[in-house]
Amino acid sequence: MEIIIYGAVNSMVFMLVASGFALVYGVSRIPNFAHGAIYVLVGFLAWSFLNDLKLPYALAILLSLLVSALLGVLIYRFVLMRLRGMPTSEIIASFAVSLVILEGLRLQGIAGFKGFIGPFYSLPPFLDAKVKIAGVFLDWQRLFILGLGSLVLLAIYLFTHYSKAGLKLRAIAQDEQAAMMLGINSDRAAMMSLALGSALAGTAAILILPLGNLAVEQGYHVLIRALAVCIVGGLGSWAGTIIASLVLGYSVILSTKLFGGVWESVVLVGTIIVILLLKPSGLMGKQKELEERV
Amino acid sequence: MTASEQRKKRIERSITVRSRSIYALSSWREMTFLLLPRAALVASLCILPLVLGMYWQRVFCAAAIYAMLALAFDFLAQFVGLVCLGLSMFIGLGGYISGGLNHYWGWPIWLSIPAASLAGAVLGTLALVPCLRLRGVYFAIISFMLPLFLVSLIIATSILGSTEGISSLDNLPNIWIEQYLIIGALLLVLFGFRRLVTEDFGVILQGIKDNDQAVKASGIDITAYRIKAVFLAACIGSFCGAYLSHLYGWLGLSMFAMDFSILPIAATVMGGMGTLAGPVIGAFILTPLSEGLRGFGQLRVVLYSLLLLGFILYKPEGILNYLERKYFQFERWEKV
Repeated sequence: MEIIIYGAVNSMVFMLVASGFALVYGVSRIPNFAHGAIYVLVGFLAWSFLNDLKLPYALAILLSLLVSALLGVLIYRFVLMRLRGMPTSEIIASFAVSLVILEGLRLQGIAGFKGFIGPFYSLPPFLDAKVKIAGVFLDWQRLFILGLGSLVLLAIYLFTHYSKAGLKLRAIAQDEQAAMMLGINSDRAAMMSLALGSALAGTAAILILPLGNLAVEQGYHVLIRALAVCIVGGLGSWAGTIIASLVLGYSVILSTKLFGGVWESVVLVGTIIVILLLKPSGLMGKQKELEERV
Repeated sequence: MTASEQRKKRIERSITVRSRSIYALSSWREMTFLLLPRAALVASLCILPLVLGMYWQRVFCAAAIYAMLALAFDFLAQFVGLVCLGLSMFIGLGGYISGGLNHYWGWPIWLSIPAASLAGAVLGTLALVPCLRLRGVYFAIISFMLPLFLVSLIIATSILGSTEGISSLDNLPNIWIEQYLIIGALLLVLFGFRRLVTEDFGVILQGIKDNDQAVKASGIDITAYRIKAVFLAACIGSFCGAYLSHLYGWLGLSMFAMDFSILPIAATVMGGMGTLAGPVIGAFILTPLSEGLRGFGQLRVVLYSLLLLGFILYKPEGILNYLERKYFQFERWEKV
């Protein structure tokens, strides 16, 4: 029972982390390596707003989400837009942006900036209490992840299926040239996808980070999780993303239970390699199969 | 007359044209024109160790390592179409294998370095084979993940010195052998790659990069070719790692650090992507620069990344293409 509940929470964590990356990749075909960096940055921003500026928690969260969306727009407008159509440069540039943010957070001694190093950064949980569900103790934060995470996914679904902007995004994702012929601005759609993707990374950070400490290294781990989910599920496929997060979420929980937490990345990479060997375009990657396989 | 009514016209120097075909051989002047840049590079690489002080000789060795990694990156990215974001994996594999052989089994250096180059290349290639069948960003993603994965594998199993690393490995006999070994390897790789990309093998790789379906339709197994190319790059990277572990007589998890992944990329972009000699120049500019900033810690990685972004956005041709243009062509303003 414990495994079922914690597995569900873990799957939702994976899904939240991966959804932003999947959205950006699906719409703009840019692998956004800065995803993990934005996740960590939002965490530190929220922390700074909360502790340095003494803002109320809700306002701090809202502000840092806004900043993250803005950051996505800026990254697209000033870096990636100039490099569209050059896959090598796109990958290198987004990787460089990610390193600038992540390693920049560790800088010390410039303009009185202390650098975010050490174990004393953590966000407070929304509600510090525990409940007992079916014989398992569960803290409220994990419940929030489950509940709000499902809400976020529902919102993405409603947005991409029933709003005009969301339909535009899907059109670009399905066939960029046809969409452009119908008057959809590809650059604007990509910019919006990056803003949304970054905001999703921020949402994930706000929801997940109260569970533990905040550290720069998490940027890399989060990115690895997002990449693992997207590859296992099939790059650019929503159903695949959901199934893959369930698969990975439960297998990671099982391996942690059996062998210990350090084996997580072994499980992730192992699953990826098995998937690539057996079904290279991912569990649900039918739509893009021809595009990706040689 | 305003500037907008003029345009810049670039014309080949006459000596460029004259030295282009076989007739260049008939005159010393044309031959010198062709040989000068190459000879200048080789000569400066060979003379530099003699004039540098003790400390900078070590920096020179590091720069040569980064130059070789940058060559491997440039070869994979521009001639095979695979963007490798995890060059540190090759460094780590080579270093750990060579150091392990030396430390646990007492293999001498002249045996452990070649063995580690080959074994590291085989392991690195095997790890990357699953994504070579796919087009697109898979290679970049997997190669980014693997070094981080190997680090956590070493920590999880606590083998090979775990987080402490292994110290007191055998060192190379003396500083001169250290330097000229890596220079020799660097020149071999540089001119070897320059030759390779014009051979049949290189032409096929270029074809795979530009249009894989067409190459496949010609009955060529493109996965096999990619595997060979990755093997070459991995072999170079593993050699660098093996050499590095014996240069410092120490190995540890920092061999998988981001520095080894990002500096070669920055050097490549700065020197000029697809020129092969450019990355070498870039590495020899960036490494001393980063050495001067050693006191600032993580600032270095940020600095490389910022330089990389600046070059890729505002000067994507790189240093070498710029120099080449000045050397082979002249410019003048012309009325439109």
